Amino acid sequence: MTTVSMTLNGKKVSANVDDRTLLVQYIRETHGLTGTHVGCDTSQCGSCVVHVDGKAVKSCTMLAAQADGSHVTTVEGLANGTELHPVQAAFREHHGLQCGFCTPGMIMSAVDIISRHGADIDEKTIRHELEGNLCRCTGYQNIVKAIQAAAQEMHGAKVAAE
Amino acid sequence: MYDTTYHRAGSLQDAEAKFAAAEDAKFLAGGQTLLPTMKQRLAAPSDVIDLGKVPDLSGISEGDGSLVIGAVTTHYEVASSDVVKRLIPGLAALAAGIGDPAVRYRGTIGGSISNNDPAADYPAALVALGATINTNKRSLSAEDFFEGMFMTALEEDEIVTNVSFPVAEKSAYAKYPNPASRYAMAGVFVAKTSAGSRVAVTGAGSDGVFRVSEMESALDANWSPEAVAGISVPADDLLSDIHGSADYRANLVTVMAKRAVAAT
Amino acid sequence: MGVQGIGASARRKEDKRFITGQGKYTDDMVLPRMGFAAFVRSPHAHAKILGIDASAALDMPGVDSVLTGDQMIADEIGNLICGWMINSKDGSPMNMGAWRALEPETARYVGQAVAVVIADTQAQAKDAADAVVVDYEELPSVINAVAALQDGAPQLHPEASRNLIFDWEIGEKDATDAAFASAANVIKLDLTNNRLVPNPMEPRAALAEYNSAEEHFTLYTTSQNPHVARLVLSAFYNVAPEHKLRVIAPDVGGGFGSKIYIYPEEMVALWASKRTGRPVKWLCDRTEAFLTDAHGRDHHSHAELAVDADNRITGFRVSTIANIGAYMSLFSSCVPTYLYATLLSGQYDIPNIYCDVKAVYTNTTPVDAYRGAGRPEATYLVERMMETAAGELGISPADFRRKNFVRTFPHQTPVIMCYDAGDYDATLDAALKGIDYDGFPARKAEAARRGKLRGIGLSCYIEACGIAPSQAVGSLGAGVGLWESAEVRVNPIGTIEVLTGSHSHGQGHETTFAQLISERFGLDMDNVSIVHGDTDKVQFGMGTYGSRSGAVGMSAIVKALDKVEAKAKKIAAHLMEASDEDIQIEGGELKVVGTDKKLSFTEVALAAYTAHNLPEGMEPGLKEGAFYDPTNFTFPAGTYACEVEIDPDTGKTEIVRFVAADDFGKIINPMIVEGQVHGGLTQGIGQALLENAIYDDNGQLLTASFMDYCMPRADDLPDYELTTHETLCPGNPLGMKGCGEAGAIGSPPAVINAICNAVGDNSISMPATAEKVWQACRAQTQMAAE
Repeated sequence: MTTVSMTLNGKKVSANVDDRTLLVQYIRETHGLTGTHVGCDTSQCGSCVVHVDGKAVKSCTMLAAQADGSHVTTVEGLANGTELHPVQAAFREHHGLQCGFCTPGMIMSAVDIISRHGADIDEKTIRHELEGNLCRCTGYQNIVKAIQAAAQEMHGAKVAAE
Repeated sequence: MYDTTYHRAGSLQDAEAKFAAAEDAKFLAGGQTLLPTMKQRLAAPSDVIDLGKVPDLSGISEGDGSLVIGAVTTHYEVASSDVVKRLIPGLAALAAGIGDPAVRYRGTIGGSISNNDPAADYPAALVALGATINTNKRSLSAEDFFEGMFMTALEEDEIVTNVSFPVAEKSAYAKYPNPASRYAMAGVFVAKTSAGSRVAVTGAGSDGVFRVSEMESALDANWSPEAVAGISVPADDLLSDIHGSADYRANLVTVMAKRAVAAT
Repeated sequence: MGVQGIGASARRKEDKRFITGQGKYTDDMVLPRMGFAAFVRSPHAHAKILGIDASAALDMPGVDSVLTGDQMIADEIGNLICGWMINSKDGSPMNMGAWRALEPETARYVGQAVAVVIADTQAQAKDAADAVVVDYEELPSVINAVAALQDGAPQLHPEASRNLIFDWEIGEKDATDAAFASAANVIKLDLTNNRLVPNPMEPRAALAEYNSAEEHFTLYTTSQNPHVARLVLSAFYNVAPEHKLRVIAPDVGGGFGSKIYIYPEEMVALWASKRTGRPVKWLCDRTEAFLTDAHGRDHHSHAELAVDADNRITGFRVSTIANIGAYMSLFSSCVPTYLYATLLSGQYDIPNIYCDVKAVYTNTTPVDAYRGAGRPEATYLVERMMETAAGELGISPADFRRKNFVRTFPHQTPVIMCYDAGDYDATLDAALKGIDYDGFPARKAEAARRGKLRGIGLSCYIEACGIAPSQAVGSLGAGVGLWESAEVRVNPIGTIEVLTGSHSHGQGHETTFAQLISERFGLDMDNVSIVHGDTDKVQFGMGTYGSRSGAVGMSAIVKALDKVEAKAKKIAAHLMEASDEDIQIEGGELKVVGTDKKLSFTEVALAAYTAHNLPEGMEPGLKEGAFYDPTNFTFPAGTYACEVEIDPDTGKTEIVRFVAADDFGKIINPMIVEGQVHGGLTQGIGQALLENAIYDDNGQLLTASFMDYCMPRADDLPDYELTTHETLCPGNPLGMKGCGEAGAIGSPPAVINAICNAVGDNSISMPATAEKVWQACRAQTQMAAE
């Protein structure tokens, strides 16, 4: 057993867990945040993507102990109170989800993609950047649209703030 | 995943000591290969020793005519490094195409080469560029380091500390990915180095990374896609599986070599 | 959200919980004291089970128990069933072997469950499952359905000699043979429809709880049809009577058919919860999903088309071998028969059709309905044949189709179906225009200058959805009726709950169904909630599959709404001292026509519940239910046009344009319908280019993870261009046809036709992998050189 402490969605948490506990299990089972999902065993589907110290990683391919001392954000920690994050809002507006299972990972990846590429990200780049996220429902078209719209929206907000 | 004991190493010496004390330990860098293997119950180390936070193992620096990349430097860091882009652009491009964005944030150069997956990208770059692999015990040339499929010259308790690349005049990488896993079915790294033209292939060989001397001589004479267009590698030595026959991989080696040269 | 009616692209009511991580899927449910199940599975494709030694496993930490098939038999738990009886040509019933949830004697496919471990944690259960020692005696196995029919092939079940489950036929053989005898041209084609793995992103899961005092079970599970699950678990598997079994399908992360069936694992979880006296949770990992979720397709067919001198089709003759896998899954028998061969007429007026189908056991994962279920196999055959025939006859594929389109309705085909409405010229024209068919030669020439091969392909699909009149399917062998139920509950303050037997696992019912109510009563969407997926709340329902929830499920809601509206009008008329006929509902108010008298919907609802002043003899309350049984299948149809560009150096195919022109009848929410088409097209393109379940000769599934089974990713796909063209379905009150499967049904032949067109080789099969296409390109180049 090992003690794993981290800042999870802005709150300090700590728990004594099996060394083999994956970060996704720590999030879901130890702390009951079930928005992060597990869709495969081979690190390919991306349903489990969370942010560790600001970077989008697959929480099924990281031991909880590796994230000891880190800041972790899950889909539950993305909205600002009742105000949706622009990427969340764009997924809804553009019908970027159907069954909703891949959605949390998609959204967490999308936030990271936008932070790296900015407002003018084109369709081809978004499609390529989604290499690590599988969706079986949407055919990706509306996910791509949502990310593009959110990128522009977030950039607009940034410009307005400056 | 079978039960295991996790240790975070604070220094290289600490990692060595922890390894020595454990029954059947494995070093953990980014974990992007080791953890999936453990999850599938295909590996069951008694202990994992995390090198991720060892201070001296991370970072990118420019030496005298060389580029040095610490072992736990992530693919993302290599891909986005201005130094790498300036000195060896082909290497930055290669790193930008490993796995997917989430994997690139965690996966490391040291972890990748120590595992020596026959379809991994880095081995092609290290061999083509004539890189030197430095460990806690010694220095090895890339060609001595990679010994075959999932086999390296590393001893059990040996830790890669960094990889040193001589700066090349030209470099580029082209790969054709396995459509499912997106690992290389054939990845070709071409480099114009002080030691001459070098061509190294990953993903296709049944014994891991290999050089194509015929292409190298042709490129020495004429650095152009046309120079390699007519040269093919024998299919006998290539992998053949549900994703591609040896014949197909042989074709891809030629096509990717052409495209890599064209990209320089 | 405001009032949003039929035709509005209302944003989805369900989305907020999903985008904020508050969806509740089965794996998210936690019960006190719950144990975890891990299955011990056969590593062999075919093997006798000589013994099971659980002693080491039982000594491991956290292990509660190890259960086997013998104990299940002792507890009188029933075998798994196939719910659709098919008779062979000679009238004999299908030959079905026994399928036990935990097999005690003979394992017949890799991954079949032979024992289960229950432990305190999932990791402990898996550790212990590894320690259960099963003594197997390996038997010879057979994987390919054609090989399984050969003399001397390994036999799976004693009930099915030569592994033949049934040899079924449809259509008039003699008349069809006669059409071929007098045909001007006969075109022949052999096709394989590749085996697929459904792979919804949420793997299957179950959480079962038993209350011994009440003798009552609760099962949370990943199901598309919880009521059917309860029916089967009660009536056939003998787990518990229906009133002692509550099945809840909470948020479900996609199904595509694979979550229709009642699998061994869910049934074992229920039984084990009683055996162990604690709740039992089972979570399927992805590799288990590959090995045990019902697969799709896997047909080998030979087809022949008879054409007269005027290029009119006079006959179609098909012979199909369908691989059913090692056991007959719940609807496995109707997929290669009534859901397949009844669609062989396509959009065409074909006077004579004959098809025979041999269904065969092999040592592979059971095969059942997967998005489209039989109809993609039929469409692939018909539309590959149309393009092949046009090529051989030397006329344009579009003209050949036009020459043979059905244009008068109703149209009775020779294979049961009676098409009720459609306009096939309209969707073909729209697709040709959309893709600029006439401009293709110039684009092909331009691509050639860049060293690339361009090709264009069409597919004019038709499908039968909304299955179907209960009496009709009953006469064809179905074990259940295929109606749907609904209940509309108006609360005293005028908010509405709609209880439906349909189940949403991505389709957006919570929104689309609410739009019906919003439109009917002029109420805000926020005042309506849709309740589904719980057998304690909804009395009965048939669930969601076969693109049936619009045409059948919503029709039931419409019927219930009619009753609510009639009663509300009566109450309003009584209160305003007017006649029922003079009451009009508009903008959330009930008005007396031609006066300024009106009551809000809320006032009427309240009056129904206070019951202080109701028409004489009227019962209080405002709640109505309805069952709807359709009069016919519905027939969505359309044309897909695909343009590809191939890199001959690598064989890689890029879909550069994909135009879909669909006729789904009435559309409630265009945004959601487009989403369904995007997803369907992607699964169809996946089948055509990427996806393939491959077994080795020993029955090991080589594609048992996303590392080896190629799922379509964002960068494999084009930006689809969609249009719709509406002809109303005359068979249901809304005129809806269904849209969930069309994309997966219509797209594979469009893609393969385009690739064959680009390469100049008609033999390219699915999936058209880069290597396959490269080989074909190379052969063409060599032929040209010779």
